[in-house]
Amino acid sequence: MSRLFTPNRALLGFLLALSLVPLFAAPFTVTLVNYIGLYALVALGLVLLTGIGGLTSFGQAAFVGLGAYATAYLTTRHGMSPWGTLIVGMVITTAVSLALGFITLRLSGHFLPLGTIAWGISLYFIFGNLEALGGHGGIDGIPAVDLFGLELGSGRAFFYVIWATLLAAIVTTQNMLDSREGRAMRCLRSMTMTEAMGINTLWYRMVLFMIAAQFACVSGWLYAHLQRFVNPTPFSLGHGIEYLFMAVLGGTAAVWGAVFGATAVTFLKEWLQDLLPKLLGATGNFEMVVFGLLTIIVLHRTRDGLWPILMRFIPQREGKKTVEPALPLPRRDLPTTGREVLQVKNVTKRFGGLVANDRMNLTVRAGEVMALIGPNGAGKSTLFNCISGVNPPTEGEIHFMDQRIDALSSREIAKLGMSRTFQHVRLNQDMTVLENAAIGAHLRGRKNFVQSAWRLDREEERRLLWEASHQLERCGLGEHLFDAAGSLPLGKQRIVEIARALCSDPTLLLLDEPAAGLRHLEKRALAELLAKLRAEGMAILLVEHDMDFVMGLADRVVVMEFGEHLAEGLPQEIQTNPKVLEAYLGGVDA
Amino acid sequence: MDFSVALLLAQDGVTNGAIYALLSLALVLVFAVTRVIFIPQGEFVAYGALSMAAINAGFLPPTMWLVVTLGIAVAVVESVAALREGATARLPMIVFRNAVLPILAVIAVRYLPLKSLAYPLQVAIALAFVVPLGPQIYRLAFQPVAEATVLLLLIVSVAVHFMLVGLGLYFFGAEGGRTPAFTDGGFTLGPTYVQFQTLWIVGIAALLIAGLALFFERSIYGKALRATAINRTGARLMGISADLAGKLCFTLAALVGAFSGILIAPITTIYYDTGFLIGLKGFVGAIIGGLASYPLAAAGAILVGLLESYSSFYASAYKEVIVFTLIIPVLLWQSLAKHHVDDEDEH
Repeated sequence: MSRLFTPNRALLGFLLALSLVPLFAAPFTVTLVNYIGLYALVALGLVLLTGIGGLTSFGQAAFVGLGAYATAYLTTRHGMSPWGTLIVGMVITTAVSLALGFITLRLSGHFLPLGTIAWGISLYFIFGNLEALGGHGGIDGIPAVDLFGLELGSGRAFFYVIWATLLAAIVTTQNMLDSREGRAMRCLRSMTMTEAMGINTLWYRMVLFMIAAQFACVSGWLYAHLQRFVNPTPFSLGHGIEYLFMAVLGGTAAVWGAVFGATAVTFLKEWLQDLLPKLLGATGNFEMVVFGLLTIIVLHRTRDGLWPILMRFIPQREGKKTVEPALPLPRRDLPTTGREVLQVKNVTKRFGGLVANDRMNLTVRAGEVMALIGPNGAGKSTLFNCISGVNPPTEGEIHFMDQRIDALSSREIAKLGMSRTFQHVRLNQDMTVLENAAIGAHLRGRKNFVQSAWRLDREEERRLLWEASHQLERCGLGEHLFDAAGSLPLGKQRIVEIARALCSDPTLLLLDEPAAGLRHLEKRALAELLAKLRAEGMAILLVEHDMDFVMGLADRVVVMEFGEHLAEGLPQEIQTNPKVLEAYLGGVDA
Repeated sequence: MDFSVALLLAQDGVTNGAIYALLSLALVLVFAVTRVIFIPQGEFVAYGALSMAAINAGFLPPTMWLVVTLGIAVAVVESVAALREGATARLPMIVFRNAVLPILAVIAVRYLPLKSLAYPLQVAIALAFVVPLGPQIYRLAFQPVAEATVLLLLIVSVAVHFMLVGLGLYFFGAEGGRTPAFTDGGFTLGPTYVQFQTLWIVGIAALLIAGLALFFERSIYGKALRATAINRTGARLMGISADLAGKLCFTLAALVGAFSGILIAPITTIYYDTGFLIGLKGFVGAIIGGLASYPLAAAGAILVGLLESYSSFYASAYKEVIVFTLIIPVLLWQSLAKHHVDDEDEH
């Protein structure tokens, strides 16, 4: 089948049609399309916040107002240049969003939206009541923007400014999401795993909220210079909610959902405001009812909004299928073989009255595989969580590389060179295997989200992906690099977790049941890989139920029962230890 | 400000605070049981007050066709579900309870001399045509996505709020409504004058709160709701239907909201969109209670009422700003006191 309709052509056609709008369309249409651009910019921020970060805000209209009022006030009362007021507006927005984020983002996900409701209402009342801002009457006489001596006074001229800004925002957002920083952002919903990979989830949430607020602020600045007049009405909480509807209806899973949502809502509103009062013979905000209803239906039927449905009609761009070779990343110095890297001393973990770990002791040396075994419910995974800082111990001490770590967060422990896998696989099911593995290499990169938005991170990005692909190859997943992680069988997903942990170049590797769900040959390949890592000097602590696997691989074995240390020794000693046999097989009285 | 003004403001603050307390309890209940942050709570206040005003003036309850429409929608949805399960025997009851009953109620109310009815009967009719919206909304908007994230439920909640405000304008018009006091007049107590309506509000709010406490402590349904709030999965394994729990707490929330509206309609003019701000103030109270503690939420709500009343004296233009800014120190304190953040992907 010939491809008349490719993604590139669709985009090109869209841009061409768009660029012709100011030349041929009626003034009313130009105005409408201008507004769509302004709304889409705000909705784009919400797509990032809601679709990527799993957070949301009802207060985006207030940030729009902040940008609009900052420029309106400073240009008319203090004669500042619009370019200067843009910077002032963005600085204030940064301060407000950081403050709101600091207060609410540590709490559960719903406190940010609640906080933004309060913020949206408060700012609206402040706009309406401050004499200096013209009260409910607003401020008029805002000057036109001057671009290289060209005065952009008309809606037609301003059209290009608005849409160029929006397209730049879309492109930079897409760049950012396709980078080390973006991968971290896309994993924010799986907080335990992301933190254990050394990623500061609070910071990334903060960044997403800040970016969303900046997009809104810029939209407000554009609005003020388009309209040349501001009053509080468009910045109310109700409009904040409308922005959210645009994002949700369009779809929060893709950046173009914002543009589609803003377009659909704007045109639909125009149409409904004409049609419904005629139809019902009464005045009212019927479009509110319709938008509310549509939003509920969309959320019931397709949580990713309408954009993905539209996309079914356009053949999708093939993703990149090769990883470019790059210089290897610098590696950590591994400790000399035989040195103790991990010491667990009298660790106790209580959950209320339940003692899950009772005065546990164990050590792991560089260049050895230490196996932790025991019946189900013995407290092995709890001990893993204590060691890796996911759920710190109640009492006792843990030392890693001569540093006490039992009070450190999992993120700080990851930085010291410990990495782990999880018993219940924690991968981002929608990202590719390669991207999932690259999450593990997060700490080995430095470039920030601004650099990645402008593609100043490409050299580092190539090295990170090359490392991820190298580790995946080693683990035998070379043919799955570009598959969605969720499409692999569970056993292979566990191996992706191992590759992800290896990407962090760890000194100590914690593996929670790595062989579960693997077939015989795959188990053998895994044992070979672990033996090779051991030979390189890595320390490995593993929990496993498959005794053949454990006994063939481990140098030493620790047995746990009811949270306590039951036995320790060489594999063959453990196999004949009567206490261990009783724990596994029960007493002999049966 | 002299002492008598201070007392007057305190009286005002406690009166409003009592309403906010009722609403905040309903909000905490709904959140604990269903994880829905029930933004439309305030619309029930407005609907209750304005329906009461309409009935009191001799008009038919404006929301009656909405109750019928949603009732038919619920009947359709439930019937489809029953047919899928092959439970055809349940169909007549589903249709009767959800669709026929509201229609019968509409027919009955047409023949009643609304204007000359006793006040308590008017209250009962107003409630009868507002409270059913609670469980109907739960069934149609929330039950299909009951297992979704808090965030998604919140967005649905806001969408419902939007719809109810839009419909409110259609039903009640842009003019505000006010109703006569339960008992006219008042009495002088020391340096201040106390309205009887104030006593009604505080008294009934206290009674309702006590009633809710009894309901949760003593009745089997109350215990089921508490069980669901503590552990949804565990409660379901014990045979407590999550759908029933959801419907029940939405009914309670609608009842509390509508009744609050009827209580304050004699002292404040209520507009179709007033409810939102009233509901949000209940929210500020609920947030002070961490969306979890009932006594703290009620105390927080009274505090909101007092703060609002005193700030309307000192800086009336900024009273909303002051009230809503109150949540910032509260959230900050909760944020700093908290160590572990919930992981939403673990269910």
